Amino acid sequence: MLAAIGVRSVDDLLGAIPADARRPSLGIGPGMSEMEVQAHLERLAAMDRSAGDGPFFIGGAIQRRYIPAAVPALAFRGEFLTAYTPYQPEVSQGTLQAVFEYQSLMAELLAMDVVNSSMYDGSSAVAEAAFMAVRATGRKRVVVATEVDHTYKRTLRTYARGPELEIVEVPSAALAASADAAACLIIQHPDAFGTLVSVRPTADAAHAAGALCVQVTEPHACALLEPPGGLGADIAVGEGQPLGIPMSYGGPHLGIFACREALVRQMPGRIAGQTLDADGTRGFVNTLQTREQHIRREKATSNICTNEALAAIVAAIYMALLGPEGLRAAARAGVARAHALAARLGDIPGCAVANGAPFFDRFALRVPMGGWALSDALLARGIQVEATAAHHVDGSRVGRDDLIVQCTELTTDADADALVDAVGAIVRAGEKVLAR
Amino acid sequence: MTARSRVVPDAGARTNAPALEPLLIELARPGRHGRHVRSAETTEIPAAFARRAPLRLPELTEPQVVRHYTHLSQLNYAVDTGMYPLGSCTMKYNPKVNDRAASLFADLHPRQSYRTTQGVLALAYELERILAKVTGMDSVTLQPQAGAQSEFTALLMFKAYHAKRGEGAHRRRMIVPDSAHGTNPASAAMCGYEVTTVRSDARGNVDLDALRATLGPDVAGFMLTNPNTLGLFEERVREVCDAVHAAGALVYGDGANMNALLGIARPGDLGFDCVHINVHKTFSTPHGAGGPGAGPLCVKAHLRPFLPKPWIVKEADGTYHYDTAREDRDPEPLGDSIGTIKQRLGNFGVLARAYTYMRTLGEAGMVQTSEDAILAANYLLTRLRGTYQLAYERAPMHEFVLSASPQKRKGASALDIAKGLIDEGFHPSSVYFPLIVPEAMMIEPTETEPKETLDAFADALLRIAARVEADPASLHDAPRAAPLRRLDEVGAARRPVLRWQQPR
Repeated sequence: MLAAIGVRSVDDLLGAIPADARRPSLGIGPGMSEMEVQAHLERLAAMDRSAGDGPFFIGGAIQRRYIPAAVPALAFRGEFLTAYTPYQPEVSQGTLQAVFEYQSLMAELLAMDVVNSSMYDGSSAVAEAAFMAVRATGRKRVVVATEVDHTYKRTLRTYARGPELEIVEVPSAALAASADAAACLIIQHPDAFGTLVSVRPTADAAHAAGALCVQVTEPHACALLEPPGGLGADIAVGEGQPLGIPMSYGGPHLGIFACREALVRQMPGRIAGQTLDADGTRGFVNTLQTREQHIRREKATSNICTNEALAAIVAAIYMALLGPEGLRAAARAGVARAHALAARLGDIPGCAVANGAPFFDRFALRVPMGGWALSDALLARGIQVEATAAHHVDGSRVGRDDLIVQCTELTTDADADALVDAVGAIVRAGEKVLAR
Repeated sequence: MTARSRVVPDAGARTNAPALEPLLIELARPGRHGRHVRSAETTEIPAAFARRAPLRLPELTEPQVVRHYTHLSQLNYAVDTGMYPLGSCTMKYNPKVNDRAASLFADLHPRQSYRTTQGVLALAYELERILAKVTGMDSVTLQPQAGAQSEFTALLMFKAYHAKRGEGAHRRRMIVPDSAHGTNPASAAMCGYEVTTVRSDARGNVDLDALRATLGPDVAGFMLTNPNTLGLFEERVREVCDAVHAAGALVYGDGANMNALLGIARPGDLGFDCVHINVHKTFSTPHGAGGPGAGPLCVKAHLRPFLPKPWIVKEADGTYHYDTAREDRDPEPLGDSIGTIKQRLGNFGVLARAYTYMRTLGEAGMVQTSEDAILAANYLLTRLRGTYQLAYERAPMHEFVLSASPQKRKGASALDIAKGLIDEGFHPSSVYFPLIVPEAMMIEPTETEPKETLDAFADALLRIAARVEADPASLHDAPRAAPLRRLDEVGAARRPVLRWQQPR
C-alpha cells in the first residue's frame, strides 16, 4: 500500500505536523490480549457491590427493574448495535422504523402528541425543555419545583449558565403563584420523594400567564397515573432507563422528550417520520431536520447530534414485550411493595413516613438518628438505601435528612423483612444509647 | 441487510433486499401477552390520580416481538455487516469483548456509595489518566454524554474562565471555521455566544489572515477540529492557537478526528486549551444506530478549576471517593466549577467499553491504529484520485473529501453516487459535508478494513464513475437493491406523520 501511495513510510504522510510534536511518547504501557483484559475488568468489577448482591432500595429516576431476556438479545444484535445515525434511510429502515415505533409507544404512554427519538438522559431533557420554553415564549425566567430530582436541578442550573437564564426554585405547591413572566413552570409528578403531585393547577396557572408547563415524570408511573397529556403539560420529560435499560452506574440511558403538536418545530433532537418511497411504499426517514445543527448551525433548536437511539429501541422492545398489562403489573408491584413497607417501617417507634401526601413507589422515612446515619448502619449490614442527605444542589443540601426507600417488582419479601428488621434493631439500639 | 447474495471476501455486504416489516400495532391482537412480570391489582392509587386515558399499547406474544425486531434489524446496514465509510464518523469495527466487559458494571446504581463502587472509580480514574496522556492535557471530565454536550460543557467553562478574570461581560463572540461540524456553532449559540464564521484558505487550512482580522477583545474562543473536516492537518496550527491566545481567547479542540492522532500528535502539544474525545469514534464503542456515545473533555491546568463536579479523589491507601458527592459528608462548595452536566461519571457503560479497548491496544496498539487509519485513507485516495476530483491537493490524514462536481456536470450528483454505492453493497460515504466543498463525498475507511475491502470499495466507486460516463441517468433510480427506493423526505417534513395511527 505504501508503494501504491508512493511513499516509503507513514511518516512521509505526516509532514504537516510540527516536527517537535510528532510521535510523542504517551507513557500508557503495553496492550493486553483479550483474555488478559477480560480478567483485568473482572478484577475491577469484583471491587464493586452490585445492586443484586443484597437488599437494594436506591432508586429515584434510575431504577433497578426486571429486564426480560429478549430485550438485550434483540437490542444487542449487531445490526442495531453497530449501525450509525440513519443518514441513508434506504439501508437504515430497521433503525428508523424501530425509532418511529418508540415515538408512537411513548406518545401513547404519556398521552402526548409528539415524542422525539431521544435525549441523552432525564437531566439534559429537563434542561432542554427549559431552553425550548425560553425559545417559545421569549422569556428567560424558569421556575422549577423544589421537589424535582436534585440531579435534574443541578444539570438545569449548569445549562442555564450558558444563555444566562434566571432559575427560580419554589415548592411544588407554590408554582402556580409564580407563573408571572415565566417561560415555564417545571413540576415533577411523582416527585423526587415519590409524592403524588397535583399538576393541573400548575398547568392552568402557567397557561393563564403565557408560560408553558413542563412535567417531569417516570414511565412506569404513567401506566397507572393520569399521564402528562391529560394533566395539561405542554412538554413532558423524564428518564427512560427503567424501560429495560441497565443502570450501568448512570448511563447510557434515555432522555424522554415529548410535546404538544403546536410546539414540534421548537423541539430539540432527531425525529423519525413516515413517508413513501419512489414506488409509493411506506418507509421512514429522519424528518423536520431544518431544526437541527447540521442544517441550521447556530440557528438550530439544539446542538444534539449523537443521541441515545439504541436506548430508545430498547425501551420500545421492553414496552412491546410487556404490553399494557405487563407494564401495569410491573408498576403495580412497586406501588404495592412500597406501601406495605412504609406501613411496617412507620410502625417502628420514632420512625414516620414523611411524604405528607399519597405516594407512588418510593417514600421518605423520617428516622430518629437521621437518614445518613441510618443508611450507613444499614450498609454495614449489606442493605443499600439512600439518604436525602446525599441530595444537594450547588453545594447546599436538599430538604431534611430522611431515608428514601424505592421499591420495584424486584423488591422481594425477604428484602423487605431484612430492611424492617435492620431498621428496627438499629433504631432500638440508638434509643438505648440516648437513654443512657 | 444480512443476506449476502454473493461471496466477496471481506468486501462489504452485497445483499438481497429483505422484506419490509409491518408496524407493531399491525401485528398486535387484543389479549396477547407474555409472562414477564405478574402482580395483583393495587388499591393504593387515589382515584383522583389514576389513569383515565386509555393505554393502547400493542398486545403481542414474545415470539412475535422477537421476529419483529429480528426482521427490522435485517433492514439495517451496520459495521457488523460491512464496510461503513462515513467520513467524520470513524465507523471502525467494535470488538465484542468491550461489550462483555461493560456488562460487568450493568447492575450498579449511580447513587450507590463510593464504598460499594471502588471498581467503577478505579476504572474511571485510570481512564482519565490515559485520556490525559493521549491528548497531552492535564485533567479530564467523563461527564459529557456526546461530543456536542462536551462542546457545550467546554464553552460553559470558557465563560466561567473569562468571568473569573473580569472579562465575562465583553467576551461574547465565538469563532468557528466554515468547515466546522454544525454542532460547533450550535453549541456556541446554546451557550449564549454570537457566532462568527472564518473562511478556509486555498490549502484547506483556517485562513490565518481572516482569523486575525476578526479576533479582538470581544472574542471568547475559537473552535477548531484538527485534522479538520477535510481530513487535513492544520499546517499552521500553532500560529492559529498563538493568534487566538494573543487576543486573550481560548482554543477549543473538537476531537472528532482523533483517530488520526493516537501517538502521532497531541492537541496539548499544539496549543489547544482543551479537546473532547468521541469515544464512539476513536475508541470503538458501538454507535447504536445513532447513540449512545460519550464525550470526555480533556483540559489544560488553567481550565481545571472550572471542570464539572464531582471529581474523583484517590487516597494514599489506593481507595477512591468523590470530592463533592460523598453521601457521608456535607457537600463542599462548588468553587469555580460550572456545576454538573451529568451525575457521577457520564455514560459509564460506554466509557467502560472505551477503557477495555484502550487497555487492549496499549501504546503501541494506539500508534498502529492511527498509522493504519492514515495508510488506509491515503491508499483509497490513490485508487480514486484520477477518477474523482480531490477537493484539496494534499496528503490527507485518516479521511479525505472528494468532489463529485465533474460527475454532477455529466448528470449524476454526489447523492446519486451515494445511492449507487448501496446497489454495490456498500454503505455510502458522507455526502454534502463539509459544506465548503461542492458535491462533497467524505470517505473514512478506518484502520479495521483489510486491503481487499478497500479495493472492493474503490472498484465499486470506479464502476459507478464509469456508469456516470455511459449513462448518468441510470443512477437516478438507485438504489434498486435496497429494501426501499429513494424516500420522499420533502413530503415527510411537509406533512409530518410522527407516530402510528391507532386502528379505529
